[in-house]
Amino acid sequence: MKIVVCIKQVPDTNEVKLDPKTGTLIRDGVPSIINPDDKAGLEAALRLKDEFGAHITVITMGPPQAKIALQEAYAMGADRVILLTDRVFAGADTLATSTTIASALKKLEYDLVITGRQAIDGDTAQVGPQIAEHLSLPQISYVSKFDHKGDHAIVKRTFEDGFQTIKVKYPCLITALAELNEARYMSVAGVVDANRSLEIETWSFSDIDAAPEKMGLKGSPTKVKKSFTKGVKQAGKVIEGTPKEVATALVDKLQEKFII
Amino acid sequence: MSINDYKGVLVFVEQRFNEIQNVSLELLGKGRKIADELGVGVTAVVPGSDISKHAQLLIEYGADKVMLYDNKALELYTTEPYTQVVVKAINEEKPEVVLFGATSIGRDLAPRVSARLQTGLTADCTSLDISEDRLLMMTRPAFGGNIMATIVSPEHRPQMSTVRPGVMTKMEREPGRKGEVVNAKIALEKNNQFVEVVSFEKEVGTKMDIQEATVLVSGGRGIGSADGFEILDGLAKELNGLVSASRAAVDIGWMPHDRQVGQTGKTVRPNLYIACGISGAIQHVAGMEESDLIIAINKDKDAPIFEIADLGIVGEVQKVLPIVIEEIKKINAAKVIEN
Amino acid sequence: MQFILSNEDLMMRDLFRKFTENEVEPIAAEVDENEEFPVETVKKMTKLGMLGIPYPREYGGAGGTYWQYINFVEELACACATTSVVVSAHTSLCASPIYEFGTEEQKKKYLIPLAKGEKLGAFGLTEPNAGTDAAGQQTTAVRDGDYYILNGSKIFITNAGYADVYIVMAMTDRAKGLKGISAFIVEKEFEGFSVGKKEKKMGIRGSSTCELIFEDCKVPAENLLGSEGKGFKIAMMTLDGGRIGIAAQALGIAQGAYNEAVKYVKERKQFGRSIAAFQNTQFQIADMKTKIEAARFMVYSAAYKKQLKQPYAQDAAMAKLMAAEVAMEVTTKAVQLFGGYGYTREYPVERMMRDAKITEIYEGTSEVQRMVISASELK
Repeated sequence: MKIVVCIKQVPDTNEVKLDPKTGTLIRDGVPSIINPDDKAGLEAALRLKDEFGAHITVITMGPPQAKIALQEAYAMGADRVILLTDRVFAGADTLATSTTIASALKKLEYDLVITGRQAIDGDTAQVGPQIAEHLSLPQISYVSKFDHKGDHAIVKRTFEDGFQTIKVKYPCLITALAELNEARYMSVAGVVDANRSLEIETWSFSDIDAAPEKMGLKGSPTKVKKSFTKGVKQAGKVIEGTPKEVATALVDKLQEKFII
Repeated sequence: MSINDYKGVLVFVEQRFNEIQNVSLELLGKGRKIADELGVGVTAVVPGSDISKHAQLLIEYGADKVMLYDNKALELYTTEPYTQVVVKAINEEKPEVVLFGATSIGRDLAPRVSARLQTGLTADCTSLDISEDRLLMMTRPAFGGNIMATIVSPEHRPQMSTVRPGVMTKMEREPGRKGEVVNAKIALEKNNQFVEVVSFEKEVGTKMDIQEATVLVSGGRGIGSADGFEILDGLAKELNGLVSASRAAVDIGWMPHDRQVGQTGKTVRPNLYIACGISGAIQHVAGMEESDLIIAINKDKDAPIFEIADLGIVGEVQKVLPIVIEEIKKINAAKVIEN
Repeated sequence: MQFILSNEDLMMRDLFRKFTENEVEPIAAEVDENEEFPVETVKKMTKLGMLGIPYPREYGGAGGTYWQYINFVEELACACATTSVVVSAHTSLCASPIYEFGTEEQKKKYLIPLAKGEKLGAFGLTEPNAGTDAAGQQTTAVRDGDYYILNGSKIFITNAGYADVYIVMAMTDRAKGLKGISAFIVEKEFEGFSVGKKEKKMGIRGSSTCELIFEDCKVPAENLLGSEGKGFKIAMMTLDGGRIGIAAQALGIAQGAYNEAVKYVKERKQFGRSIAAFQNTQFQIADMKTKIEAARFMVYSAAYKKQLKQPYAQDAAMAKLMAAEVAMEVTTKAVQLFGGYGYTREYPVERMMRDAKITEIYEGTSEVQRMVISASELK
């Protein structure tokens, strides 16, 4: 079985802090990690490899620093890693990103493509399904359980209020939820090999067949018009009043925050 | 054709178990506002089976035209048939704006549609506006909610977005409102992208791990007794959350240890943490201070918990919570579709 | 001398930290409270190659560096001193002498499973009447055909009962004194070998510390490590390396207590402000940090020297002396900063203070370290 796992290196948004004075994001010193859903996808692939034998290629698109994420994937047990990096790819929205990654995937053999459901920096959940569309693959997103059954898989696809059990034939694409599994650690020997013997393949624009106008900023239909922070967390308000008054204030707060 | 030839707002209407999802009515409400601003109509696209009964409801909630794709093969959501339906509807209607709910269906379908149409898509929007130059301004949180970004799609049509459920408001239902109902036909094109749904099961929330909960209603010594936690449980149910407790409440035996938040308990980070009768000893605060929204109820106005709460309420838990629960029930009842 | 961490080192440290944070820290208090040997943690470490970090692949190791091994001990000790000593006794005191002094056959038979973590190791030198004064060994080994017959007992043996392989010192020729001591590789299944009573300790309470008993214990002659009479030298060289492990453990304990203290003083409010705002707190924190860094440089320096195969015995002794004293001082200060809470088991600093004490005692007391350090200065 040949599996390609698409991963993204993201800043650990749990570690991102807002500058209390300016309200801007402090990105310095924020560690970069493999996106958690993607890591669950990689773990799913590694488990298939453990159980049935598989060749796992991990691919990421990003700046040269993203090679750390690939080293980590290799140290966890991936067989081959590819970094897609080129200035032409930069500034891409989800459509352009998926076009670029799908173009690279066309150069690879696969029975199964795995992506994470969504990245914690963008939270779009769009790139996986868009890759599937470019490659004309059936897609199952929000996968919380995956069983390999020879020429097909039985997959648990979660919804807000239930789940579907789906039979899908290979080749297909799934998008993994972090709760699909608990990702393994790198092994000590894996870390050693990832640094001493691993050769990271670096693919640029010239290595994939795609139209330059479909990639990067140029190939992105959507543009960021502006971005802003929601402002500094205000010191909490403490209110007093009758039970009715304070209860109403509480409910208003829940509505304001879209909780109810 | 030019992008100016695209006119109108199209809303993908989502049904699960043949029940129209609330988010779709919210989208019709928002779509209605946008359409009025643009001077165009709202079209609702409904794939499903045995769905004609929903048409009038959708019109009364703001649709000018309802396209029913009634087909046994569309009874349950699967990606490819639904993509074919929505792509066909878009190609026929040529709308300038297409809205999907940012649900597990909308977020599966919309990107597939956008890639097939080679147009842009903005995910999980919390606000939509029309700019002076007739562009849809789609605002969404990014970076773990730390920043907001406003996205536009200047040169591609339709402008598509998935919209977070619960954010937009439904329009007031207009009984007897008139609109066009189209029994649209589609011949689904069988291809390798079809999958087989073996089963579709409804699941009742059974997650009991307080670290997994998005809402926690937490009680401390101020709750007074084990029975006192019942009211917390009532609120937690309304908010789809769980009840947790401080060490004090666990040590006394009012709650089991697996519900304990704090230094010697669990560290939690829910979207909402409601601290009831918890003073806010630092070993407790250490386990919950990262929660997105902290609301504290305590009768002692000098309780340290108020220093970290986003909203502090000075009052008695047993008096305040029943009113809160009643209010939430009213609001939720108003959300339930009247069909 | 330079300490620049490579990408490999940084990834390794990241791995060790995550492992400690997720697998070790959550059960550290329980391990202490219930005096529970961390069996499950050992299994997890085995899977990840953490019990043979510095040994080459051909001997079952992960092929990492000595610094990486030392860093692992340090990171573990930040959360759980017990777990760190399990690893350090196994790696430094059992696998290491086999790697350094063993024959090819001995390495194949013992080092490979030890480095893979399939077997756990321990080391037996101390006896009731031979602690700091190793020459007082009462355990004897008498050659009998293809076997040595061991009689006697060892005390305070870390990992005893859980270890499969023991490096044991015994007198083969009492007349020769220190030069009459020999080292043996003893398997727990050997006839005549048993594990005696378990000590109840002040700290590192989850680690197993027991007596080893040899009653006509039959050890195959090929299990003699090195040659007859080399035992004392092997023991001393092994302890030189072991000291870096204990120094790293002390460093980790100090760092762990310091981390807890920093977190606490920022949260704890007294007189209307966080206690971090008081100058006394600030000065305490400054002193703690400075001393920890000084100890860290000494520990890493010793580790690098060993890694580069330079003489390191004195560096190891200095590092252990320094780090152990820093650990004691920093944990004591941390408990003080926590006040009443620090004295309770609600917070981990009292455990860290109890754990710190042993680092001034085992694998050579601080007094022995001073003897070692000055001996090479005054010869």
